[in-house]
Amino acid sequence: MRASRAEPGTGKRLMPSILIIEQILNGLQFGVMLFLMAAGLTLIFGVMGLINLAHGSLYMVGAFAAAWVAGATDSFILAMAAALAAAAAAGALTEILVIRRLYSAAHLDQVLATFALILIFSEGTRFVFGSFPLFLDVPQQLSGSILLPGGIQYPLYRLTLIGIGLLVALGLWLLTARTRIGIQIRAGENDREMIAALGVDITRLYTLVFALGAGLAGLAGALVGAIQSVQVGMGEPVLILAFVVIVIGGIGSIRGAFIGSILVGLTDTLGGVFLPEFFKLFMQSDAATQTGSALASMAVYILMGIVLIRCPTGLFGARA
Amino acid sequence: MIGERYVNGAVLIGLIALPLWALSADEVFTITLTTRAAILALAAVGLNIALGIGGMVSFGHAVFFGLGGYAMGILAFHAQTFSPLDFGLFALPGTKSMPVIWLVATVVSAFAAWIIGLLSLRTAGVYFIMITLAFGQMFFYFAISWGAYGGEDGLSIYVRNSFVGLDTLMPIQFFGLCFALLCLALLLQWRLRRSPFGLALNAARQSTERVQSVGLNPRQLKLLAFVISGAITGVAGALFADLNRFVSPTMFSWQLSGELIILTIIGGVGRLMGPVIGAAIFITLEHWLGGLTDFWHVWLGTILLAIVLFWRGGVIGLLTGKEGPHV
Repeated sequence: MRASRAEPGTGKRLMPSILIIEQILNGLQFGVMLFLMAAGLTLIFGVMGLINLAHGSLYMVGAFAAAWVAGATDSFILAMAAALAAAAAAGALTEILVIRRLYSAAHLDQVLATFALILIFSEGTRFVFGSFPLFLDVPQQLSGSILLPGGIQYPLYRLTLIGIGLLVALGLWLLTARTRIGIQIRAGENDREMIAALGVDITRLYTLVFALGAGLAGLAGALVGAIQSVQVGMGEPVLILAFVVIVIGGIGSIRGAFIGSILVGLTDTLGGVFLPEFFKLFMQSDAATQTGSALASMAVYILMGIVLIRCPTGLFGARA
Repeated sequence: MIGERYVNGAVLIGLIALPLWALSADEVFTITLTTRAAILALAAVGLNIALGIGGMVSFGHAVFFGLGGYAMGILAFHAQTFSPLDFGLFALPGTKSMPVIWLVATVVSAFAAWIIGLLSLRTAGVYFIMITLAFGQMFFYFAISWGAYGGEDGLSIYVRNSFVGLDTLMPIQFFGLCFALLCLALLLQWRLRRSPFGLALNAARQSTERVQSVGLNPRQLKLLAFVISGAITGVAGALFADLNRFVSPTMFSWQLSGELIILTIIGGVGRLMGPVIGAAIFITLEHWLGGLTDFWHVWLGTILLAIVLFWRGGVIGLLTGKEGPHV
């Protein structure tokens, strides 16, 4: 998921402003994909009070479903639809079988049970698809790069990812702010007994929210799967970054998840490119590269630390 | 139902008897497996102090395990290459002596636990879980990108470190060392549980407000417990690295943090011998199921799910018929 740091060909060091814009775009792309993960996580936590480690597994399920369908039908659109459907179905099924028993359980139990789900999902996928990575190709119409104003060549597919991410963000906002289900979701975050008393079928609402979050994770997995390989265990690094995102943004807040995703995406990408360069100003070249890249790999966590020292419940978090 | 005391005694006797039997039967591999179990148990004893007594769900205990491992790796690496450890202002030689390595591992992981605890204990609940998890990842990626000590490939140490008067390359003697340290840690956990500090900590887990109202500072109690916990897990990390004669960033991985929690839960969280039983079961499952099928994690996951959903209190809870402390 990490936007590739040293993509050859497109950016030459000669034109630093072009390089900067390109890396900002990479950071945005990484950020919006993180948002697809983080939005589901934060919704599930906000509405059901559940910490779901298995969210990364749903990301993986989406990617595998897409790779499989793309291999069978050669259609990218069908592959994406399959990713959404498979992840949402897997999510709904897990919610009904396991997750709903955990809503009133302690956080430790939720962590353990969803950790157990990761083990089952990962090994199950390995059993079905084997240990070798699958490949999902960028579709013909979206391959190649496009000339942006200012003379920047940028891969069309990555630009599409940014567009899709922003569209999903907009859609989620419309859903929560403008629809009946959105009202129920927001009410559920505030007082679940009350909306149950008002006659909303809370069990069904929970399954729906979980499936929605799962579907978004699956879509992210499939979209990113086309620029990276699709393999078992691909979800967990993203999952942990998504946790960082929602801790920064404030757990339960979709707006916080969006801001947090963009912040983390930009910090990670720009840090990876510019920190080594920065250290080269006053250090020897290889020592600078090493210090810079070591520090860059820690940058998002340092960001999280700083945010938490300032506001322990995140930027937009109301309650712990 | 069996008294917890008898269960505890039986576990310790079993842990000594198995490698002694293996020695007489010339089953070297069994000795190594038991050593592995003892070391994991030691790490989980550390976690149990934070988790079982202090109620801190740390999902980043691999940090201390890894720091202990790298303390051993770095010191032994400098000793085996005869290069000094350069701190800029001064330089120190590496060492192959286990007690020195343990001391360094303790100090380094205690210091890290202090910093991490200081930051993480500002929060509680889910935030605490996620932040400790994130710290784990931070160390993981740092270890991967830090090329001087092997980066992603890790560090190999050719000869196991030495302990005065022992031949540590003999599996049974190395097991003896690990077992002795495990017993020390168990003794510490037992004493700590009954000390005024342990009682206050136990109370802080159950109700922060009440502890505060009698004039104690719950955050400070938890911080101290977290530091002790980290230090013990750090020593376990140094031993683990010595067992494998190899350190790599996987010692920092979040899966390891998860496995340490699993061990503790399977055995019985907050129980004296919970971590030991948990480690023994985990290693047995890993070895036995891992021999039956490549996909043993599915079964581990299923067992874990069953424990969480239906079987609170772990194995000790089942044997003694008493539920453990609630976390």
